[in-house]
Amino acid sequence: MSIFCKVPQAAPVAVFKLTQDFTKDQFPTKVNLGVGAYRTDEGQTWVLPVVKRAEKIIVSDDRLNHEYLPILGLPEFRSSVSRIALGDDSPAIQENRVGAVQCLGGTGALRIGAEFLRCFYNGNNNTKTPIYVSAPTWENHGAVFTSAGFQDIRPYKYWDAQTRGLDFVGFLSDLESCPERSIFVLHACAHNPTGTDPTQDQWKQIAQVMMRRKLFVFFDFAYQGFASGNLENDAWALRYFVSRGFELFCAQSFSKNFGLYNERVGNLTIVSRDTDNLKRVLSQMEMIVRTTWSNPPSQGARVVALTLTSPELFSEWKDNVKTMADRILLMRSQLKAKLQALGTPGTWDHITEQIGMFSFTGLNPKQVEYLVKEKHIYLMSSGRINMCGLTTKNIDYVAESIHEAVTVVQ
Amino acid sequence: MRLGAELLRHWYDVNAAWCGPVYLSSPCDDSLAGIFQAAGIQDIREYYYWDDKQRDICLDKLLEDLETAPEQSVVVLAASAHCPTGADLSQNQWAVITQLILRRRLFPFLMLPAQALCYGDLERDAWPVQLCASNGIELLCAQSFSHCFGLYGEAVGHLLCVLKHNSLLLSVQSQADKIVKSLWSQPSVGGARVVATVLSNPAHLVEWQGEVKHIVERCMLIREVLRERLRLLGTPGCWDHLTQQRGLYCCMGLNGQQVEFLSKWRHVYLLPSGCLNVSAINGRNLSYVAESIHLALTTSL
Repeated sequence: MSIFCKVPQAAPVAVFKLTQDFTKDQFPTKVNLGVGAYRTDEGQTWVLPVVKRAEKIIVSDDRLNHEYLPILGLPEFRSSVSRIALGDDSPAIQENRVGAVQCLGGTGALRIGAEFLRCFYNGNNNTKTPIYVSAPTWENHGAVFTSAGFQDIRPYKYWDAQTRGLDFVGFLSDLESCPERSIFVLHACAHNPTGTDPTQDQWKQIAQVMMRRKLFVFFDFAYQGFASGNLENDAWALRYFVSRGFELFCAQSFSKNFGLYNERVGNLTIVSRDTDNLKRVLSQMEMIVRTTWSNPPSQGARVVALTLTSPELFSEWKDNVKTMADRILLMRSQLKAKLQALGTPGTWDHITEQIGMFSFTGLNPKQVEYLVKEKHIYLMSSGRINMCGLTTKNIDYVAESIHEAVTVVQ
Repeated sequence: MRLGAELLRHWYDVNAAWCGPVYLSSPCDDSLAGIFQAAGIQDIREYYYWDDKQRDICLDKLLEDLETAPEQSVVVLAASAHCPTGADLSQNQWAVITQLILRRRLFPFLMLPAQALCYGDLERDAWPVQLCASNGIELLCAQSFSHCFGLYGEAVGHLLCVLKHNSLLLSVQSQADKIVKSLWSQPSVGGARVVATVLSNPAHLVEWQGEVKHIVERCMLIREVLRERLRLLGTPGCWDHLTQQRGLYCCMGLNGQQVEFLSKWRHVYLLPSGCLNVSAINGRNLSYVAESIHLALTTSL
């Protein structure tokens, strides 16, 4: 008898199943709006030119080898990516109270941060501290914190389906009514899946409440540069919180803005009150990393570090990122224009008001099913579309199909 | 290792709500206990492995410990290249152990940290894995390509799972996927591509095996030369194990005081267990190292 004979089949990850179904579909004008990565206007993957250049430099540099990286990761990577998040002139960096842990993607950074918090935040091994994630949020957030041992994952109000915008009042009220010291996972920019971010004023109010109620700030920062096309703008919320004196964690991902999805390039930036506290925190982070993956992989980190620390490459990277962001902005404005031109019922302003890779269209599950089954347009049942799946060649078909879905299906 | 530990903690015999024990060799890689604990398994125990006096594995005591292990215990065993001692079980000893595993219903979690680095022979170093599988034993095997590909910094590892029935494959795989998703989502591709490219191309495979043989031959040479040097110095003790055992690591049989002596007075650093990495010895430092070991064993401390 196998010891595994009672293991149930786990449900497939929705977004990957969607892509699988899309791949099997033979329909000639099928469209995948569930894809989780950037696509060019030709519908192709895009290895950033600056990444290709950096990789060539690295592979021909005979001084480099494959020795183990330090447990906390490549030093040049850690310092340059924390710097890009917090700003060159960040007082926190100058005061030596910013630390970093190179992690396996944004997921790895979230996991390491979550493990640390479970061990040491709000008492020792306090698995009952509530974790608040936005309603809706990236579908893996809950699983990461649960796996780290937290028992109480709760939603905070975020998306307002009626207004197709942020339920700011609801958000604030959850901040006011939650237990003190709760942990909040905040999307630094380009909220996934809604694409709806708080305004600067709203962020200021959020920060005020969180400071007063002693809530822990854990930023998920996966789209720096990718959202507005500008690195500084996308980092505004994070930098604001730091300037208000918060101690916080920030899980950074370079999957999207460097197109390094499969190299697993992430970083956990830690902002602490002072150097002494930081030192002890990092020592515990080392212990956690050691029993998770021991040492991180160097390939992707080297590309990012080289790019960020070479003026020419850095400049080229910013251009590459702007190219991606601009294409998305173009698709947003074109989709909205076409839906308005078609006279599609409903308001479509949210398509251009939302930011980043994703848009919460507001389509209901029945309308989504119609699109998938009848029109071979694949999107998540939540109505989330990936703007990168749109191209100048398919946008008409998509707009017409959305029009049909909204008018035919209620 | 972490993935395997999580898989076991979640899914080892769903009915029994299994939570250990896990048996680790004494000594073992010092991160192992922490890995199982991080996965939520607190009951970690040791089985006798390295005997300082014999400067070898003591099979009798090992078998005694495993004989008394509760049924369904997980036993972590090195298929080859045991870290940190470098002392590996022989094929005969493996035959005895697999019978015990079957009889006592233990679950083997094998480690293959440096396949081909012991004998320069892929098959030979992995033989215990094949033995268990051919005996119908379900197992996990954690493979690392750090040493045999020199890809330390690319985190290239693989968890092999051999199940009793093909029908279980999809469900176990799906649960492993779920665990990976909450650890790091997907693995990194860089090192995996290199390994896959080499292993799937006959010409590269031959070239790689040749390069691994160089490492093996160099390690063997160092072991022989060190043994000879200690013999010439008249260093007390028997040093046959240096050349009987293989791979990168070697346990010198020094005690804690002697290890401290070496680091403090001779600036020669060994692991606290008295084990060392043979490849760190070379033409330039051999004399010094041999003398230092000699001094550690002859100076009254």
